Amino acid sequence: MTLSKATELPIGAVVTEPGSTRRNITAGWRALRPVIHDDRCVRCQLCWLYCPEGTIVELKGIFKVGNRTYDTKYEINYDYCKGCGICANECPTKAIEMVPET
Amino acid sequence: MQVQKTKHIEALTTNYAVAYAVKAADVDVIAVYPITPQTTIVEKISEFVANGELNAELIHVESEHSALSAVVGAAATGARVFTATSSQGLELMHEVLHIAAGMRLPIVMAVPSRTLSAPISIHGDYSDLMNARDTGWVIYIAASAQEAYDTVIQAFRLAESVSLPVMVSYDGFLMSHTVEPVELNDEEEVRKFLPRAVRPYTLNPKRPVTMGPLASPDWYYEFKYQQVLALKEAYKVAKEVDSEYGRRFGRSYGVVETYRMEDADYAIVAYGGASYGNARAAADLARKRGIAAGVVRVRLYRPFPTADVLKALDGVKAFAVVDRAIMFGSPAEGPLYKDIATAMYMHGIDKPALGVIHGIGQRTMYVEDMYKIYTMLRENPRKEVVFLGVRV
Ligand code: SF4
Ligand code: SF4
Repeated sequence: MTLSKATELPIGAVVTEPGSTRRNITAGWRALRPVIHDDRCVRCQLCWLYCPEGTIVELKGIFKVGNRTYDTKYEINYDYCKGCGICANECPTKAIEMVPET
Repeated sequence: MQVQKTKHIEALTTNYAVAYAVKAADVDVIAVYPITPQTTIVEKISEFVANGELNAELIHVESEHSALSAVVGAAATGARVFTATSSQGLELMHEVLHIAAGMRLPIVMAVPSRTLSAPISIHGDYSDLMNARDTGWVIYIAASAQEAYDTVIQAFRLAESVSLPVMVSYDGFLMSHTVEPVELNDEEEVRKFLPRAVRPYTLNPKRPVTMGPLASPDWYYEFKYQQVLALKEAYKVAKEVDSEYGRRFGRSYGVVETYRMEDADYAIVAYGGASYGNARAAADLARKRGIAAGVVRVRLYRPFPTADVLKALDGVKAFAVVDRAIMFGSPAEGPLYKDIATAMYMHGIDKPALGVIHGIGQRTMYVEDMYKIYTMLRENPRKEVVFLGVRV
């Protein structure tokens, strides 16, 4: 994630236009990013259930992984994921890896 | 630029001189709350407004916390604002001091400095100002009524150029309530010196913005760093404003003032009117008695004028720093002493520096006390903090 430098921001933290909270991405302080290794995921839904931010998205469809087919897939919305690591901790198959943000 | 020809001189207390500067600066909004020894500033301004001599909105507030909050709000709309306080009032403002600086509002505030409770004392020293030192405000300490008048005018220009709030301080009572001749500028000329700059963002219903929003860990630090840069910039701009003021009105002070320092072996570094006046008289006395003595006065206290202070002290064998405030429990109890010691350490300079605490709670400081400092510097140069004038 690339954020603006001190010299690029409006001075005094002025928000220069109305309605900007709709575009407010709240993941800026994340230090570790969860990465789902889909080949290890058994679709137990636990990460989706436990994520305190509700930032794990459950997709519906037909997903072929190796020689198996699933009707769901889990993805992370990195705009809002805080990197708390709860999903990685709860995942029974260790399919979620916490990777440092750069 | 031409220096004014006709002189208009009035006998004024420093507080009244500040009120005249506010009038000359054509300030739009003033929040008034009385606290000793500041009260007569806002009294005089109220009189100007009541008489129609100053066209401003005067807000009567219920505390100093409200006084600063009111001018924060007014400054956010783009108005030119002023307020004044002292002592416990400045303490009550403390959280808003950070807000004013963080929002980068060009507020000008006069602070005739006074000591802090307990025990209760209404008398003067710089305890209040030193407690407000690290809030991100530019801080001047004037040494005469004339300088306070000139500095308030300069402060508006500086504040509006670098978007920072500015305090103009001076001795409570010893200056705030004593009368001196003050040369007043032509108000038209002052207004030319202080054109109303168009600020990029102000509160305006036609162009909505949000001021003072929340900044999460990914943003907050950057805004604080902006303040660091702004204060560095203020060091340069303060000098430019002072010299332009000198060209237009014939008086300038620099950020550091020196007295008989050309060939001085021993120096006293001080701030404020009483310390500086006594130190100068003591330097004259010391020179009569064969000590090459000089005085350095720090006028701009924040941002700290490191380069100018070090330059002023370059040639001396030893020096003393006279502080009228105590930093309790610090390795050196004098705040200015600590700044100079840090500056010297960072520049690899090592010479005997005596810390002197004096004038606490307006304890009388004598010229002889200051003279004694010069003899201490000559006879036993050392690094130590001494408490002068206290009964131990
Ligand atoms: S790291 Fe925390 S916030 Fe991010 S997806 Fe996992 S549980 Fe949700
Ligand atoms: S907890 Fe692990 S296995 Fe279960 S759905 Fe989430 S990623 Fe897949």
